[in-house]
Amino acid sequence: MHPLLLVEHAAQKLDGPLLFLKRTLDVGLGDAVEIRGVDGRARLGRIAAIDQDTLTIEVLESTAGLDLEHSVVRFRGEPLSFQLGPGILGRIFNGVGQVIDGGPPIAAQGHYPIDGLPMNPVARALPRDFIETGISAIDVLNSLVRGQKLPIFSGGGLPHDRLASEIASHARLRGDSGGDFAIVFCGIGLPFDSAEHFRSALQASGALERTALFLNLASDSSTQRLLTPRYALTAAEYLAFVEGKHVLVILTDMTNYCEALREVSSSKGEIPARKGFPGYLYSDLASLYERAGCLRGQPGTLTQLSILTMPADDIGHPIPDLTGFITEGQIVLSRELNRRGLAPPIAVLPSLSRLAKDGTGGSYTHPDHPALASQLYASYARAVQTRVLASVVGEEGLAESDRRYLVFGEAFESQLVHQIGPRSLEQSMAVGWRLLASLPWHELTRLSDRQIAEHLGSAAP
Amino acid sequence: MSARAWVQWIAGPVLRARCEGAFALRESVSVGERSLLGEVVRIEGSEILVQVYEDTSGLRPGVEVRGSGLPLAITLGPGLLGGMFDGLLRPLGGVDVTHVRAGSQPVGAPALFEFRPRLAVGAQIVGGQVVAEARRGEAPAQRILSPPDCAGEILEIAAAGQHADDAIICRVRALDGREHGFAMRQGWPVRTPRPVRRRLPTNAPLVTGQRIIDSLFPVALGGKAAIPGGFGTGKTVLLEALARGCSADVIIYLGCGERGNEIAGVLEEFPTLIDPRNGRPMMERTVIIANTSNMPVAAREASIYSAVTVAEHFRDQGLHVALMADSTSRWAEALREVSGRFGELPGEGGYPAYLASRLADFYERAGLVETLGGETGSVTLIGAVSPPSGDFSEPVTNHTKRYVKAFWVLDVNRAHARFYPAIHPLNSYSENAQDFVAWWATQGNDAWWSLRRRFLSLLEEQARLQRMARIIGKDALPPRQQLTLLNADLLNEAILRQSAFSPVDRIAAPAKQAAMMRLVARWMDLALESLDAGVDLGAISTLPCLRSLARMGEEIGNEDMPKFDALLARMETEFAALGATGSSSAS
Repeated sequence: MHPLLLVEHAAQKLDGPLLFLKRTLDVGLGDAVEIRGVDGRARLGRIAAIDQDTLTIEVLESTAGLDLEHSVVRFRGEPLSFQLGPGILGRIFNGVGQVIDGGPPIAAQGHYPIDGLPMNPVARALPRDFIETGISAIDVLNSLVRGQKLPIFSGGGLPHDRLASEIASHARLRGDSGGDFAIVFCGIGLPFDSAEHFRSALQASGALERTALFLNLASDSSTQRLLTPRYALTAAEYLAFVEGKHVLVILTDMTNYCEALREVSSSKGEIPARKGFPGYLYSDLASLYERAGCLRGQPGTLTQLSILTMPADDIGHPIPDLTGFITEGQIVLSRELNRRGLAPPIAVLPSLSRLAKDGTGGSYTHPDHPALASQLYASYARAVQTRVLASVVGEEGLAESDRRYLVFGEAFESQLVHQIGPRSLEQSMAVGWRLLASLPWHELTRLSDRQIAEHLGSAAP
Repeated sequence: MSARAWVQWIAGPVLRARCEGAFALRESVSVGERSLLGEVVRIEGSEILVQVYEDTSGLRPGVEVRGSGLPLAITLGPGLLGGMFDGLLRPLGGVDVTHVRAGSQPVGAPALFEFRPRLAVGAQIVGGQVVAEARRGEAPAQRILSPPDCAGEILEIAAAGQHADDAIICRVRALDGREHGFAMRQGWPVRTPRPVRRRLPTNAPLVTGQRIIDSLFPVALGGKAAIPGGFGTGKTVLLEALARGCSADVIIYLGCGERGNEIAGVLEEFPTLIDPRNGRPMMERTVIIANTSNMPVAAREASIYSAVTVAEHFRDQGLHVALMADSTSRWAEALREVSGRFGELPGEGGYPAYLASRLADFYERAGLVETLGGETGSVTLIGAVSPPSGDFSEPVTNHTKRYVKAFWVLDVNRAHARFYPAIHPLNSYSENAQDFVAWWATQGNDAWWSLRRRFLSLLEEQARLQRMARIIGKDALPPRQQLTLLNADLLNEAILRQSAFSPVDRIAAPAKQAAMMRLVARWMDLALESLDAGVDLGAISTLPCLRSLARMGEEIGNEDMPKFDALLARMETEFAALGATGSSSAS
């Protein structure tokens, strides 16, 4: 351990959340520091850049009240870390891992660097266990598995918070009462009322005791926003790989995180890439998302459900775009479905779960589950295509077989996507088979003859 | 003694150091107590710029940088097959190494191989000649070559038996009288292409087992192909399918800046797959190089060169190698990130101006060659491209398009309908498809070229008619055009769609592809004849054999070829019956 070092009278410049110091000693990149201002309050920070004669420090709390003359910087000589131990569930933390619920501090058993270490790809186990979320459009069509990272692409004003809290409340393994299940909720730049909504929803479902909440509110500093998900994921890794629990991490809203990254990057004077975001946005997001997964021979798993609001509902914006390239699929919410009163308003076609193939069919769910999902997708895609056609030539201009697809499309949205209360996988699949029964069976080319006979039976028209 | 330098400035994966002694450009260096691996990328007076291939957190100014006097190199040898390595070809350790730590990855430990010399003392050899064979366990034997720059007379060669791969097994007196020794394991500078005697023109396709590729847009053995596609369009699934099914002797799978869970999936699946050609596990012909998106970014930049150098190493043994790079966009982004850290002037899209020449360097390392030892080997490069927001006009896609011969565009609408592989038949192309007419004739499909042309024009026609139907309605089209649409649907469903997860259909042998093409073409002929004879289109579209045709890929395996004849007979009978009822109702 390095001795603690104090530096006074070295501050040269204060710019937003950044403090520039004259370099008088050799310290490591990413090391933690404490800045004590004229007001006597200690603020947490870390070294963001080092050059010949300047140290750049990201101050993680408000820099208001600091001055150049009296600021004293204490160097800890090691990266930021998080003291963790049993009993973090049911507790509430701020964005830098300090307890804010008025309870006693956490009895630390070890301290863990918040940046974590990349998992060795060889040591990863393939995520396999199907998670039943109770949402048909996810369970049947875009199944979630333990160890997956699946974001929800939403837009301002869409009910993503409700969807996330429903999944958190109802998610279960099949044939399992829930096991050793824990939730880490991480609010990034959240308005107070959204944070409160989650808390009360989790409380109502009784899930609050197995939840650790990390709250970085919209009013907190943007440098702190960059660390909140790192603290939360460090806690999640502790729960998963030290305590052996199945952890579901909900990160909301990743758009706020990326905005903060852009803000801090530009105040450091870095060269921007797309839309003003720094060139390393992809690597930076990956360092968070890739912390989901399972390790061979370890009982715990870490599943991520991150929510992001697409700026101007644009899925091509760098934030959803880069996220989609890192995560294992995405659930996309649709404003149109929401306007029509369908809940949850999941746009099925652009949604995808890449790991569904590993966690469905065979012994995981039902042997015919993948074929059912594939056929529903094919038929619904045709229904949507027909709808476009009908909007130009009118319904009368359509062939009889095409009109059938229009009806199917409507029923698909109002009966399968729309739901009141959670459904079991069996219930969801039954809805799917019932919908397919209304289509001419010779056009169901993704199903085998046996599957048609077994599930659609004599109902075939 | 080698040169030394002291760190002055650090930003992410790059650092600047003041040096004492001379460093060479592209020299490999070691940084700090943990000996992090780095490479000199620029020299400015007494300062060097270094890119570091490991996590730099905790590095501080004043730390020592030690030169090695050698360019950044990787270690090639018989221990590569079946292994899994990081971007600089260092083994990723066993299952017990759960996390990747900076400075913790040594070069792989020496391993014992069953060695069998092919030449005796006194033999004259040239560089790149086969001098011995080595094998481990049941795996097929690999050839041991002399280093490309080593020619002369063999003074000493190890006896048959177990030898470590880092022990000197052969001593040679060169023409200038100097003596050299070499081991089974040999280093090679990662950015230098390995030499060959000459390059050969390509005349055969790499058989991939994917119908849309082999039958419509083939890639040459020794050719280069790119797969551009937005996220979720199935690039990785397609590359994995190619790795499983293609006819190469050795597969190099490069996961460059991609997902850890995907690598876990490959690792879980490949050991269980059996190579149909020799009944051995697929893993024995595979090398996996992984730099997942959360591993150090500079190593991602180097990983693509490591992978292609490994490919050339196997090519030099007279093997056909396919390299799947997923994804070249991540490599380009790593280049951009490192370049941005140096403060270089950004070009188009923020990428450095030398992006195009680096891409060209990479793709030019593909080829069918005569090796120094006089054998024929090849490297086929298949690179995925991930254009931001699916915009194909961006620099990486655009420049890649200039260098590849086969271009397989993934279409987002097909992917949304879960129509995989989502290769768009109108936007994709293969420049040298015509070179393979003779090859297809040897596979029993001498009508391949005309069938291919017929199918492509059918798809073109479909797009035209769909545009028209959108205005006037499908019912308003004349029956012949409605039949064209029906035929195009069948072509899409039966031939272009192929499930990568179906045990029956994941790999379609050339004979199966040929049979399916003939069946669909025959359907088109018969349907048109019937329509012209006055049969109602509705009766044609509800023939039971149509559904069987659409599902034949899924229902009939590579070894059930007679079933295609049975299906053909059934189709003929059904059409004949149609004709009979059609004419009877007319009379």
